[in-house]
Amino acid sequence: MDNEPAFFETNGPGTGGIVGQPLDRVDGFAKVTGQAKYSAEYKLPGLTYGVLRTSEIARGKIQSIDTSVAAKEPGVLAILTHLNLPKLAKTPNDPDSKKAIGAPMGFLPLTSDQVHYAGQPVALVVADTYDRAVHAASLVKVNYAVEKPVVSFLDPKAQVFDPEKVQDGKTPGHTRRGNPQEAFAASPIQLTATYEHAINHHNPMEPGATTAVWEGPDRVTVYESTQGVTRTQKALSAMLGLPTEQVRVVTKYLGGGFGCKGSTWPHTILTVQAAKAVGRPVRLSLTRPQQFTSMGHREDQHQTLKLGATREGRLTALIHEKTSTTSPWDNYAEPNSRIINLLYNCPAFESTYQLGRANVMTSTFTRAPGEAPGSFAIECSMDDLAAQLGIDPLQIRLLNYADKDPTNGKPWSSKSLKQCYARGAELFGWSKRNPKNGATRQGRYLMGMGMATASYPVHNNQGTARIRLYADGHALVQTGATDLGTGTYTVMTQVAADSLGIAPDKVRFELGDTRLPTAPNSGGSVAAGTVSSSIYMAAQDVWQKLTKLAIQDKKSPLYRAKAADVVAEKGRLVLKTDKTKGEDFMALMKRADMPDIEGSGQGKYGAGYETGRAPGPADSGHEDDKGGHSMHSFGVHFCEVRVDPEVGTVRVTRWVSVHGAGRILNAKTARSQIIGGSIFGIGNALMEETFRDPNLARYTNASLGEYHIPVNADIPDMTVEFIDEHDPYINAMGVKGIGEISMVGVAAAVANAVFHATGKRIRSLPITPDKVMNSLAV
Amino acid sequence: MNNFSYTPAATAKEALGLRKDTKEAAFIAGGTTLLDLMKANVEAHPQLIDINQLPFKGIQETADGLRIGALERMSDVGENALVMQQYPVIAEALLLSASPQLRNMASIGGNLLQRTRCGYFRDPAFPCNKRNPGSGCPAQVGDNRNLAILGTSEACIATNPGDLAVALVALDAVVVLENAKGKQRRVPLLDFHLLPGTTPQRETILEPDELIVAVTVPAAAHARKSHYVKVRDRASYAFALVSAAVGLEVQGGQIRSARLALGGVGTKPWRALEAEKMLVGRAATEETFRTAAAAAVRGAQPREHNRFKVEMAQKTLVQALQELMAS
Amino acid sequence: MNLDTKGDAAGTPHNSAPEDGTRRSFIKQAGGILGLALAPPLISQAERLTAFSKTVEGVSTMTLKVNGTARTIQAEPRVSLLDALREYLDLTGTKKGCDHGQCGACTVLVEGRRINSCLTLAVMNQGKEITTIEGLAKGEELHPMQQAFLKHDGLQCGYCTPGQILSGVACVQEGHATTDDQVREWMSGNLCRCGAYPNIVAAVREVAGKA
Repeated sequence: MDNEPAFFETNGPGTGGIVGQPLDRVDGFAKVTGQAKYSAEYKLPGLTYGVLRTSEIARGKIQSIDTSVAAKEPGVLAILTHLNLPKLAKTPNDPDSKKAIGAPMGFLPLTSDQVHYAGQPVALVVADTYDRAVHAASLVKVNYAVEKPVVSFLDPKAQVFDPEKVQDGKTPGHTRRGNPQEAFAASPIQLTATYEHAINHHNPMEPGATTAVWEGPDRVTVYESTQGVTRTQKALSAMLGLPTEQVRVVTKYLGGGFGCKGSTWPHTILTVQAAKAVGRPVRLSLTRPQQFTSMGHREDQHQTLKLGATREGRLTALIHEKTSTTSPWDNYAEPNSRIINLLYNCPAFESTYQLGRANVMTSTFTRAPGEAPGSFAIECSMDDLAAQLGIDPLQIRLLNYADKDPTNGKPWSSKSLKQCYARGAELFGWSKRNPKNGATRQGRYLMGMGMATASYPVHNNQGTARIRLYADGHALVQTGATDLGTGTYTVMTQVAADSLGIAPDKVRFELGDTRLPTAPNSGGSVAAGTVSSSIYMAAQDVWQKLTKLAIQDKKSPLYRAKAADVVAEKGRLVLKTDKTKGEDFMALMKRADMPDIEGSGQGKYGAGYETGRAPGPADSGHEDDKGGHSMHSFGVHFCEVRVDPEVGTVRVTRWVSVHGAGRILNAKTARSQIIGGSIFGIGNALMEETFRDPNLARYTNASLGEYHIPVNADIPDMTVEFIDEHDPYINAMGVKGIGEISMVGVAAAVANAVFHATGKRIRSLPITPDKVMNSLAV
Repeated sequence: MNNFSYTPAATAKEALGLRKDTKEAAFIAGGTTLLDLMKANVEAHPQLIDINQLPFKGIQETADGLRIGALERMSDVGENALVMQQYPVIAEALLLSASPQLRNMASIGGNLLQRTRCGYFRDPAFPCNKRNPGSGCPAQVGDNRNLAILGTSEACIATNPGDLAVALVALDAVVVLENAKGKQRRVPLLDFHLLPGTTPQRETILEPDELIVAVTVPAAAHARKSHYVKVRDRASYAFALVSAAVGLEVQGGQIRSARLALGGVGTKPWRALEAEKMLVGRAATEETFRTAAAAAVRGAQPREHNRFKVEMAQKTLVQALQELMAS
Repeated sequence: MNLDTKGDAAGTPHNSAPEDGTRRSFIKQAGGILGLALAPPLISQAERLTAFSKTVEGVSTMTLKVNGTARTIQAEPRVSLLDALREYLDLTGTKKGCDHGQCGACTVLVEGRRINSCLTLAVMNQGKEITTIEGLAKGEELHPMQQAFLKHDGLQCGYCTPGQILSGVACVQEGHATTDDQVREWMSGNLCRCGAYPNIVAAVREVAGKA
């Protein structure tokens, strides 16, 4: 066809009316009945159990390791240590190999006698039952030459340095725009504040888990608790030296991830090697304490933010410095400066990262990496500015509203923040807020209202999907994405149903397997936009093929029509000009004796979409599109707290979040995701803190009993709304993604509410009762 | 866990006999502390003796008060009408403990033997004088935010984590113990738990050949008018930063008798006897309460991260007393 | 919706007992063990023998009554009820989140009461009625609590969900679901990291309202 359009024309995605609907989770039945199989739940013939033995000390050398007693325990099949780990083709210990593997950490345990952090695996025991493996692991005797560890960047022994880049090379260590130092010095209003952040752990309810099965000497299947089967496949095949097609990774159900399951961590490859050593399938689940030292964390960090403003409250300069702890090998720091640079209209900006090496594992992306702590700094400082000038906190934000991206002057692809502010304020009753701090009482409690802005970038990415449409009216839709619990199964079923014009229960959607078309990691909020677009594009491919068929079929009402004049509508191909003329795909396929037809599509998300340029490797970071738009989602959180002024306890009593995040694919699951991210942020704000012993560099509360995440009683009912937003620049479906933005600004909203309640500013997270009580005693 | 043997015992005699045979054997009732610590390699026992079939049951009103069988579950005691009406501080302390599931499992006797949540004790990778006498106490200069400020020693600052024990010690509860000879002795709960001193590994006066049979609580006006307040880092399912058990008998605005105890601050459930004396005979006012609260924490020895507990304990005590007076 | 949840699981039944190494697998029989010479005089020989007759050591046969069916496993006494369900009976609906009674993912009903199955031993629960998530629905017909969780989206990743649902069933039965705040407190023994709490409260309240 000469005049075949590049894009098959429909009336646009979502016209079937299914996308956006609050459909119940399609995987819900499997989950509420206990049938959903997670990665440590596959029953395999000859299954054995792997258990890690981890290091007690944080720094030193293994002088000797005696496995003889453990090996004599009944049922023990193998004990791997650094002395006998089967050789790998590549390890991340070498920087180039690390890159090829895509490893998050430049050190693989069991490859040397060095101990670099407490909880580092020193042996892996395999036995025929779980209990036997656990006990045998405790019987491995390790003698260490102990050295004094460096505990954090605050340790006097730590060497703090200026890295050229952080976040594994993705973010420059130093950024400057305008003349920030001069601008700050000349500002009539100058605020300087330091913000402290405790170590946080993701703690998904399902601990990291790997089940490895070698089907032959050079072929392995790995059931892995991962946010990305493709990335895991790549990492494992590089380390094993096997072609990717000989490494299959399967993740049908994932018990949460929040970033810690976005990379391939040491326990996974060690389990694969253990399975090779025993010649039987090995299942390894991290214990909860091991979870704290196996899959990264959000690093301990201090941020200092200098804010310059005019007397009217207009920003003149922002100078941001972050110092944080990293591991002996990697320069990881979450990119806090990104959001500080772009949230408000400000002519001058500077950011500097400093790192201190310590005896800890490498930290990693944790829900809203960078944006979560960065927003805490900027949004608390903006609140301070408002308080100092006697301006309403919402007004100060409107005063500094960025109509275009201040970092590069580009227009936004879409931005509904003003609508978010207005609607949120209305839903919350912001106008009833007493302008005076510390002046609202309810019985013996102090009440406070706070708000904060949220934003998250649209990272560029791409993915593929395949659709097989059957003449009997159902479809098989496949892509190698994962569903962390965010609703991927459900929203993609809706997208497919709409794109194909069939009912959702006629769609069978499969994900989580490297045998399916590749999809990006579910992380950085890219999954919904990328995967939905790839499915939409695959459906267009199907329609194009069917159109060809119809216009060549003498019996079709569309015979000899121009392809460009045909559109698909609710499962029918019809003439654009006369929609009564056409037929449904089932009739067409049956007549052609075609039992099924396949289509495939590539979805591009972010910068790659508009320019048609193939984006870089998965999750290569944010990059504004070459077409001239800056792409971000925006939103706002409003929070009310009740503070006990005597003992300092803080309870969140009301919550409103309003976001503009492009097309919302399912009103029900999207609301749940925003609520969930807000609760994650409330934990970060009020209670989450992993404590590292100041001498031994070992966590003292690596458990869910002592590392507090919110419980049901901590959380009030929550109100969530979305602004209807159409963004034509980000991807075919106009989806921005909401996994991260739901958490951005949450800690600041809570802290600002506490500030309003008590008149005391707490800049150290988490805001625990002791800090509040002490602040009020002064 | 090590591979222990398991024996259900039908009688106390049988259970204690088995224990005598195997010194390192442990009794198991609810299992919520024992199995937790065995999984963490903090404890190891060659044999577990299941005492759930023993007849240490019943929540009864006796001639002089309340008797709770040691094998009653926390949930059943916490929602028992007699306990709720006559000894509210006990019911409140129980229902603010742990979670509904754990309360369904954990026995009253076991709860009195609950061991500290100190992170150094719970992780065998750390030195700990309680777990491994003589190995040291890194908590003194480490993570001591939730450790004790009262009754501490150079050897140990581990907090007793109980809620129930705090309520019971306030109300002069007595622990009924039985030995292998079938002989019973009655020990005031106040004397049941030991201060760490130089032997933090020894936590109670319970002898190896003894079982807790029951707890008795004398009836009193200050038991009927009693209350428990617990301050913690999250709204539920957390151990106390500070808690207070209070009981008052007030006539005509004047305090006739008072019972005060603190949780989360002591190396044992902390009865504040001196503070009680400062209440008796005084008017039940905030000022009186504050004076008493100051006395309750006299001698506190906080460390770097738990200084706040000195003030928080006083405020919690005052709050508990005020709420009690308002009820 | 037809989601393939079983396709990748090799359905081989796994009732084979773990090998017992050098130890003999047995239940100690009366008179089978000596060492009686050290018996303290206060306990009658008969009582001692009774005790020994009940001692379970090494890999032993245990019978668990799960969801109305008696199931037999070969396991050591140290096996928790949770591991017995997951690893020996392939009832993986009961989840392991912490293994220390700190998260509630392993919640099951024993004799109708909710407990954490990680902190009790399988051997102690023989003869008791155990209900897991797999036993809640009647065939394809979901329990009202399961339906309410679907309707109110009381789940995201689904890993805490079986424990939440069983806890919710118990919460209603206990009479602890009369107000939203009461549900919040009495459902606080089940952590949810995805943050489905408000939806869980809605689900439990709806079922309580119908009860």
